[in-house]
Amino acid sequence: MKDSVLELEKVQEIIQRWNGKQEFLIEMLQDVQAEYRYLPREVLEEIARTIEVPLGRVYHLATFFKGFSLTPRGEYEVSVCMGTACHVKGGKRILDAFSRQLKIEEGGTTGDQKFSLDSVRCLGCCGLAPVVTINEDLYGNINSTRVAAILKKYK
Amino acid sequence: MPYRLHMLLCAGTGCVSNRSLEVKEALEKEIQQRGLESEIQVIATGCNGFCGVGPIVLVQPDGIFYQQVKVRDIPALVEEHLVKGRPYKKLMFTPSKEAEPIPKMNDIPFFGKQMLIALRNRGLIDPENIEEYIARDGYKALAKVLSSMTPEQVIEEVKVSGLRGRGGGGFPTGLKWEVCRNAIGDEKYLICNCDEGDPGAFMDRSIVESDPHSVIEGMAIGAYAVGILQAYIYVRMEYPLALKRFILALDQAREYGLIGENILGTSFSFDIEVHRGAGAFVCGEETALIASIEGKPGEPRAKYVYPAQQGLRDMPTLINNVETWANIPVIIQRGAKWFSSIGTRDVSESEQGGSTGTKVFSLVGKVNNTGLVEVPMGIKLREIIYDIGGGIAGGKRFKAVQTGGPSGGCLPEELLDLPVDFDRLLSVGSMMGSGGMIVMDEEDCMVDVARYFIDFLNGESCGKCTPCREGLRQMREILNRICDGKGEDADIQKLEDLSELMVEGSLCALGGTAPNPVLNTLRYFKDEYVAHIKDRRCPAGTCQALITYRIDAEKCTGCALCAKHCPVNCISGEPKKLHTIEISACIKCGTCYDACRFDAVIRK
Amino acid sequence: MKKLTITDLEKLRQKIQEDHTVREGKALATINLHMGTCGIAAGMRKVMTALLQEIEAKDIKNVRVSTSGCAGLCSREPMATVLIAGQPPVKYADLTDEKIRRILNEHVLGGNLVKEYVLAVGSERVG
Repeated sequence: MKDSVLELEKVQEIIQRWNGKQEFLIEMLQDVQAEYRYLPREVLEEIARTIEVPLGRVYHLATFFKGFSLTPRGEYEVSVCMGTACHVKGGKRILDAFSRQLKIEEGGTTGDQKFSLDSVRCLGCCGLAPVVTINEDLYGNINSTRVAAILKKYK
Repeated sequence: MPYRLHMLLCAGTGCVSNRSLEVKEALEKEIQQRGLESEIQVIATGCNGFCGVGPIVLVQPDGIFYQQVKVRDIPALVEEHLVKGRPYKKLMFTPSKEAEPIPKMNDIPFFGKQMLIALRNRGLIDPENIEEYIARDGYKALAKVLSSMTPEQVIEEVKVSGLRGRGGGGFPTGLKWEVCRNAIGDEKYLICNCDEGDPGAFMDRSIVESDPHSVIEGMAIGAYAVGILQAYIYVRMEYPLALKRFILALDQAREYGLIGENILGTSFSFDIEVHRGAGAFVCGEETALIASIEGKPGEPRAKYVYPAQQGLRDMPTLINNVETWANIPVIIQRGAKWFSSIGTRDVSESEQGGSTGTKVFSLVGKVNNTGLVEVPMGIKLREIIYDIGGGIAGGKRFKAVQTGGPSGGCLPEELLDLPVDFDRLLSVGSMMGSGGMIVMDEEDCMVDVARYFIDFLNGESCGKCTPCREGLRQMREILNRICDGKGEDADIQKLEDLSELMVEGSLCALGGTAPNPVLNTLRYFKDEYVAHIKDRRCPAGTCQALITYRIDAEKCTGCALCAKHCPVNCISGEPKKLHTIEISACIKCGTCYDACRFDAVIRK
Repeated sequence: MKKLTITDLEKLRQKIQEDHTVREGKALATINLHMGTCGIAAGMRKVMTALLQEIEAKDIKNVRVSTSGCAGLCSREPMATVLIAGQPPVKYADLTDEKIRRILNEHVLGGNLVKEYVLAVGSERVG
């Protein structure tokens, strides 16, 4: 139980960062997502209690925006761009290749919590399509044969 | 001692992903080793625009353009150009194998036809240093309005310029400002929309990354004209570098007294706060964006009343996108008359007065030169795709160019001579949108493209209006069916009926324009729909269910690369001899197609 | 940093703009220093430093210094070519610190050739 006490301390710190104001609820959730790589239920409850908003509203936001996840994400988040330019240059084949290599479906996380796989709408690097990011690292002009080699760097 | 050479190294998102920062480090090290650091300055700039050939280094004042610069090229580049003064041919842009390399940036057709207003400082300044912007006449327009223009005069200037919103809708900017100035409210707010959600578009990201102060200056001028004290910048979560540069630029502007209390020693005060999006396409829609800044889910509301009259916290709110704001300082400085002399200002053709100025497009997809281009309104699609873009990659045949994002359309070959402006794009069933221009070739299936956009919109519909939410779902099922070779004769009619319903019954622009990708492809590429439904065939060779992969006996060299990469080991053959694909085991993943270096894998 | 007023902003701009004439490729004249292996061996680097220092000392903003390869007459290095818009290029040879300073002041800024150092006026035919 010691862990969860610590966790909630961090939550209070995040809430205070935004002066506990309701209009910064989205920002608080973003910070929680960055801290824990997902939005744990206890944390959402703590926020709802502290800034006095209904838990339902917190969940409305948490499920509306794509930047939030209610389940833990992997240490490395693989985001395969599915913008239009990436689509016409074979983005789907790249996504399938990652899915085969990691043995998880889109939206899934590997059993060891190391990798999550997602498609994203557009990363805005269309000149380099098709594009993939793994956390902060961006890979452009890739094709399905390079997927295994890219993943190797993170294993 | 002044530097004799400036090496402008692109550190936009694209070039950084191609390791331009490592190139910078190597360059600085090499310069230091040769004791040239007092003569030569290395500057990291924002996006240069020619993303397809990064990392890019521009050497000024010579104007020499180097592309695809790698760390291992640095010693030779420094030796040749910096020490001996001989531009280094190996790294110059070469349009084709037979052609001579082109040394100067402005002689490269990709740059030659462009006209830079919103991107005026791209690749020329360090975006993280406010003084570099000031040196390029930055904040001069703000000083001008504060010292010599009334708010009414500023609005008049913007109206006369003919500037229309660059975010998609093309609403006259000056008119919006006037409405907001005249609106009644205790407080008024200003918003910069940097939630550039259209897939295939990255103009705003690039402007912010290469020149954040041009946006901030535009906002300050707008705030002065309309009478606003507080502004917000809403940046989408996928753009971390743009967010960082905005925050840094705001800190510097505040330190120099260019935003905050008593700007430039006058009585005008105004400040800006940054909000980070949380990932929702619909938040690019003004009213959804406003909801999101208020800490609510980004659901649009009906626009019976414009945000300019009643927006954020129910107060009059002036909202324009990044590119629009970046145009403002130039209009003020060079005058509305100059601005409106550019473009297609033919009032007889449009009640809104044509399209003036320039537009930034992201030219991507199957063209040779991909990147960001700024061109005068009225330029022909053909000039953009062939002269600037260098034509279709790999010698393939042009099929369509998609403009306007998910609400736009695919324009066929016969429209290549269409002059590009707000009204003409609308007249052919597409739209300007925020400026994505995705070129497609003969291997792109138009039914699949329609399905792609409908799938996109289906995922992004906020769900408030039933015709949009359910209509998109039904459309997606029909399109999936057609692409799987299970289409029915009545499907085309069903798609058209659904489209009509969605246009009529949705509150916001997302729903109202959502059927466009379908209507538009039906209008210009109906034969492809028919081929899928009647012949169970995908003429472009895209739709997985309708294609098979084979190996061309003439082209195969037996290199075995395909077999090495095949994830299900269904390719066999002796070394140096023809390989074959066991069709029954093939999962059609396309890896062999990607792996083959001889174009020997056929997808049909 | 003291907050700027409108006048301060203009003063600051003037101060930092000098650096940007080079960046933007705008200049009244170009002094092209020939820096092939022979030019460097003959002492061009020292000449260049002298030139850049003079430009700085006099606060000259519209003269650009460029470098190029060997001019082909190695025995007369260090050499430089002065390019002024609308005038034929002028080549100077056997340069020293003192000579380059005179060329800058008398020819580039004053408009009068420093005849005793001139090697040639006009350029070789190309093609």
